[in-house]
Amino acid sequence: MIIPKLALRNLLGAGLRTWLNVLVLSFSFVAIIWTQGLYKGMGDQAIHSMIDIEYGGGQYWHEKYDPYDPLALQDAHGKVPASLKKMIGNGQATPVLITQGVIYPSGRFQSVLLKGIDPSQTIISLPSGFIDVEGEELPALIGSRMAKSTGLKIGDMVTIRWRDAYGTFDARDAMIVHVMSTTVQSVDEGQIWIPLKKMQELTRMEDEATLIIVSKDAVNPPDIQGWEFKSLDVLLKNIRELVEVKTAGSSIIYVILLLLAMLGIFDTQVLSIFRRRKEIGTLMAMGLTRAKIIGLFTLEGAMHSVLAAIVAAVYGIPLLIYFAKKGWAMPQAVDSYGFAIGEKLFPTYSAGLVIGTTLLVLIVTTIVSFLPTRKIAKLKPTDALRGKLS
Amino acid sequence: MENTYLIKTKDLVKTYRMGGGYLIALNQVNLEFKEGEFAGLVGPSGSGKTTFLNIVGSLDSPSEGSAVVMGREVESLSHKEAAELRNRYIGFIFQTFNLLPVYTVFENVEFPLLLLGLNAAERKKKVMNALEWVQLADRAKSRPAQLSGGECQRVAIARAVVKVPSIILADEPTANLDAENSHNILRTMERLNQELRTTFVFATHDEKVIRYLRRKITLVDGKVAKDEIIEQQDIKGDNR
Repeated sequence: MIIPKLALRNLLGAGLRTWLNVLVLSFSFVAIIWTQGLYKGMGDQAIHSMIDIEYGGGQYWHEKYDPYDPLALQDAHGKVPASLKKMIGNGQATPVLITQGVIYPSGRFQSVLLKGIDPSQTIISLPSGFIDVEGEELPALIGSRMAKSTGLKIGDMVTIRWRDAYGTFDARDAMIVHVMSTTVQSVDEGQIWIPLKKMQELTRMEDEATLIIVSKDAVNPPDIQGWEFKSLDVLLKNIRELVEVKTAGSSIIYVILLLLAMLGIFDTQVLSIFRRRKEIGTLMAMGLTRAKIIGLFTLEGAMHSVLAAIVAAVYGIPLLIYFAKKGWAMPQAVDSYGFAIGEKLFPTYSAGLVIGTTLLVLIVTTIVSFLPTRKIAKLKPTDALRGKLS
Repeated sequence: MENTYLIKTKDLVKTYRMGGGYLIALNQVNLEFKEGEFAGLVGPSGSGKTTFLNIVGSLDSPSEGSAVVMGREVESLSHKEAAELRNRYIGFIFQTFNLLPVYTVFENVEFPLLLLGLNAAERKKKVMNALEWVQLADRAKSRPAQLSGGECQRVAIARAVVKVPSIILADEPTANLDAENSHNILRTMERLNQELRTTFVFATHDEKVIRYLRRKITLVDGKVAKDEIIEQQDIKGDNR
C-alpha cells in the first residue's frame, strides 16, 4: 500500500502541473461520454421517430416493391391479402398505396411519390386525420420540407398527374389541407399524402396496396404469398449502420482530445523523470527497489486518470444530466444530416459507456505513464544521485 | 557478521572506463569499521572518498576485491537485496540534502519508516523523536523550500537516523553550510553517534568536519595513505 500512498502524495504535491493534466484529461472524459451519449441519443431518437412515423411494428412489402428503384414502383401493388384484412379491420395494420406522380407548383413540374393512406389509421403518428375531408376536393397532406421546396402552403391548389394501373395518364387538382412538421424526411421530402380510397379510385387500383404497416403490438405476422414481411431489424438496419458510422466519425474528436491529454501526461512523465533524477537516486538510497520506483512513477501518471475521473464527475455529471434533460438544440441544417433528428437531441448515457470510457482512459494513461519509466530500470543509483541519466 | 566489523573491505578496486582507458578510483583499499565509530575519509577531490561510500552503501559494486557490509558481500547482492540492505542498515546524508521537495519535513523523515512497514502510530513517535534530536519538531509541517540550508541538512540527518541504522554514510554533509550551521550539524551527529552507537563514516575535505572525527583515513589517488585514530583529548575542550 505504500506505493499508492506515495504516488498520491507526489501527485498532489506537484500542484498546478498535476491539476492542468487532470483538467485536460477530465475534458476528454466528459467529451467522450458526451459525444458518445449524443450519438447514442441521436440513434435512439431517429429509430423511435422512424418507428413512430413510418415503420410501425414492421411492414409487408409487395414482392415487387423496392424503395430504391423508382421504375419498379409502377408494378409494385397488389390486392390487400385477405389474411391481413382482419388485422386492418382491428386497427392492427394499415395499407399504403404508392405510385409515382408529378406536380406542377407555380408552373414548374416536380416528381413526387403519391401515397395513399387511410385517414383514420392510428398505426403510425402521421397526421392523416387532416385528409379526412368530405366532398369532391382532393385533400393533400405534405411535410414542411416539401412545402418549402415547392412553395406550397395550406389552401393552395396543385395539379397532380399520375399513371393509373393501365398506364393511362390522368391528372387532378389537389388542395393542400395541412403542412406537417416531422423529423422523418422519408415521409416528407417529395411526397404527397392523399386518402387511400381516393387514390385507389384515381389509379384504378381498387383494394390494392404497395405496403401494409402493422402495429407495434402485432405478434408473429403471418407469411403471405406475394408479400414479404420486413421486420424492424431489417427496416432499421441502414439507420443503425448510419449511426454507427457517424459514431465512429465522432470518435476522431475524442481521440484527438485523448491524444492531447496523453501527450501532456507523457511529457510530464518524461520531464518528471528528468527533473527528479536526484529524487530517484535518493529513493534508491533509502531502499526503494527499481521496480517499486517504476511502479511509483507509473502509478503517479495513472492516477491522473483517477483524479480526472473525479474532476470530470464534479462538473461533468451536472452538465450531462442538464443536456439529458434539456436536450441539445439542433440547427436547421441537420435536416440534411441523413436521418430523423428532432429539433432537440437528447443524449443517452449508459453505465457501459461511463465504465468503458473510464477503463479506456485508465488503461491508456497507465500505458503512457509506464513507457517513460522504463528509463529508470537502466538508471544507476550513483548516476541518479549526481543528477545524471545513465 | 564478521564479529564486530560492520564494514570490511578487502583489496577493494573500482575502475571507471574513461574514453579509451580506465580511471582507477579505488586501488586496493583495505578498511574496517566497527560499531560506534565516527570516522572520516579525507582527501582531495577525485581521491575516491565518494566512490568508497557508494560501494559500502551498496549503491555501486566494486570492480575487484570485496566489500562486506553487515555481513553481506556487496558485490554479490541483487538489486533487491542491496535495496533491502540500505533500507534496514544504512542511512545516507548527502551534500545537497536530497530532501523530497513535495513532502513536508515530517513526511521526509517518515519515508524510511514507510518502507520498513511501520504502523502510523509508531512512525509518528519515531519521526517526532528524530525531529526532537535535530531540534526541528516545530518545523514538522514545513516544506524543504521553507527551510534554511542548515535546517534542511538537519532534516536529512533526522531522516537518516530515524530508523536507527547501524551505519550512516555522510558525503560532504557540511559542504553547503556556513560555519555555524556546520558545527551545529556536526555536534548533532556526534551526539547521535554517542547516544545511539551508530557508526558514522564521512567523506569530506572540510576542516570543520575533520576536527570532529575520531578516526581519519586519508585517501590519495584511491589508496589509503594514512589511517589514524584521533585521541579524545585532542578534540575535547577546544573551540572547534
